[in-house]
Amino acid sequence: MAELKTDDYKYGFSYPERSVFKTRKGLDEEIIRQISAHKDEPEWMLEFRLKSLEAFRRQSVPEWGVDLSGINFEDIYYYIKPTEDQTRSWEDVPDDIKETFDRIGIPEAERKFLAGVGAQYDSEVVYHNLKDHLEEQGVIFCDPETAVREHGDIVREHFGTVIPYGDNKFASLNSAVWSGGSFVYVPKGVHVDIPLQAYFRINSKNFGQFERTLIIAEEGSFVHYIEGCTAPTFSTDSLHSAVVEIIAKKDARVRYSTIQNWSDNVYNLVTKRAHAYEGATVEWVDGNLGSKKTMKYPSVFLLGERAHGEILSIAFAGKGQEQDTGGKIIHAADNTSSVITSKSISKDGGSSAYRGLIKTKPGVQNVRSAVVCDALILDEKSHSHTYPYMEISTDDASIEHEARVSRISESQLFYLMSRGLSEEEASMMIVNGFIDPLVKQLPMEYAVELNRLIELEMEGSVG
Amino acid sequence: MNTLEIRNLKAEIEDKAILKGINLTLRSGEVHALMGPNGSGKSTLANVLMGHPEYRVTGGEVFLNGENLLEMDIPERAVAGLFLAFQYPVEIPGVTVGKFLKRSLEALRPDEKLNLTSYIKELREGMEFLEMDQNFINRNLNEGFSGGEKKRMEILQMLMMKPLFSIMDETDSGLDMDALKIVSKGINALRGDSFGGLIITHYQRILDYVKPDHVHIMYDGEIVTSGGMDLIEDLESKGYDWVNETAREAVHG
Repeated sequence: MAELKTDDYKYGFSYPERSVFKTRKGLDEEIIRQISAHKDEPEWMLEFRLKSLEAFRRQSVPEWGVDLSGINFEDIYYYIKPTEDQTRSWEDVPDDIKETFDRIGIPEAERKFLAGVGAQYDSEVVYHNLKDHLEEQGVIFCDPETAVREHGDIVREHFGTVIPYGDNKFASLNSAVWSGGSFVYVPKGVHVDIPLQAYFRINSKNFGQFERTLIIAEEGSFVHYIEGCTAPTFSTDSLHSAVVEIIAKKDARVRYSTIQNWSDNVYNLVTKRAHAYEGATVEWVDGNLGSKKTMKYPSVFLLGERAHGEILSIAFAGKGQEQDTGGKIIHAADNTSSVITSKSISKDGGSSAYRGLIKTKPGVQNVRSAVVCDALILDEKSHSHTYPYMEISTDDASIEHEARVSRISESQLFYLMSRGLSEEEASMMIVNGFIDPLVKQLPMEYAVELNRLIELEMEGSVG
Repeated sequence: MNTLEIRNLKAEIEDKAILKGINLTLRSGEVHALMGPNGSGKSTLANVLMGHPEYRVTGGEVFLNGENLLEMDIPERAVAGLFLAFQYPVEIPGVTVGKFLKRSLEALRPDEKLNLTSYIKELREGMEFLEMDQNFINRNLNEGFSGGEKKRMEILQMLMMKPLFSIMDETDSGLDMDALKIVSKGINALRGDSFGGLIITHYQRILDYVKPDHVHIMYDGEIVTSGGMDLIEDLESKGYDWVNETAREAVHG
């Protein structure tokens, strides 16, 4: 079988580092105090950061999943502030940063199909805007620093409640040094009919990006939030370690879509978790194409009756990449249901793993869950693993699990090639067909984008 | 007139010789039937002509209108006008019939721009002609199709692609009488001055509906005898062994 080459990473460009302030390399209490002072934070947030730093020091790097021994926590800049101010107009964004986002296509996307956009460059959000009619309905979409200043009570009530500061080493790290991200608040009954998007860009070398996102959807509301990420291709590694917390109150629905396309020098270690109350629905759509190593298992805690959780995960592991992804659902109430669908593709020696957990609280009634994971392996050098965990402590549960690993078969290629398609195009068609059921779930613009990215990954001459 | 000339073709799989010197010439306007018992090498011939990578050609030549077919890769053979109706069409999940056929037609005719409107019209007419439900356009290629539906899909593709030569590998197997009639109707629709066909089959059944101009009997990797429709009658009444022995006696005296 011929080899498919990975095309050059389109977003690998960088501009000279710019900063109005940066902390020295490494991590200690002084650096935490500097970050907090720069953000002019209230005392409670500084305390939160400091106890998180302690928790980070107490914990060791996870020994399961991917090998993280290559991360040197002392060789990282934890905070690089690119500009003095944030703006609501692209015109006011400094030229090099604006050009960066232009090349990625963010301003154009905002004009065409987004309700609001946040753009983060290294540590700070440099641009934020929300359509007026949503603002008038009481929707809040801003960076978390602004939220701490202007909506302190509501932030303090929810911040760190879904993912506690000591949850895991990387969540603790994020809690200690977090900067940027999004805060979304949707009032009762408000439907945000087109998506909000945040875009995260790393520009500097040896940098760690630690954005923090908190989404609160009040009773009966709806919001779709999309995040995208890219970084330059440097010879040294960068670290991206985000925390995303979602709170979906009674009958609310939140959909969170990620298309992660980091360059292949980024460690991507992200904690994402949602609380879904009575009748609420939370959906994670998680596409992982880039990065060097990713560990990410979006979770939904179904805390109220009839709550529903859904996780769609697509991973593409190319040369030198490890994608360790999946999802967790905790059924903590009666009549709750969940679906996890995972599709992974491995090629050129890449390795992908599905790691998932379905857990029930003892004695809950009428729980339904279905897990389907499909893996497609494109060549002999590449790998796929499945680690499904189940902790079911009730008799009244219907749990289905299916896992399939397939290789592109010679007979499929032969069939398509006998109809005139080149080997490359035949492989592409099979891969597109494989992910099609998930791509259909994305908004049209993102489906097109994802298909395009996968085509880029697959592109290259047949040897 | 188009010709597909097979000269002393030999092929093996995993060092086992399967084709031991096949000579056969197809011309446009003709339909040939290739019959023979299981394991005689009929399907191997079909796969080797299309270029299946599992088989190794160890001798002989094949020319399509004078061009050396064996030097072409698989898609080049398709573009040159060769079609294989598969015995076991594979399922391609997530790829719809409509999308697949469109890409295929574009690939087969790289110099023409596909007219979408006439493409869809032709596709719908083809489906109607083969008595297929129109919703097949949006179904994934061969996924969950019954045996008969898969075979009809092969014939539909053949009608759309209009090859110069089509090798139909046991297109009749597993079909009930109604489906057999429909598939035969499809093949007959393509018969004419610019089409040549090779029907590979075990049974006489399909040949009652698609009357071949020539009949060849294959046995142990060779074509042992050729003739007309009368050969089929002998075969039906006396069996492959009789035909084979008679043919060998005739050859070896």
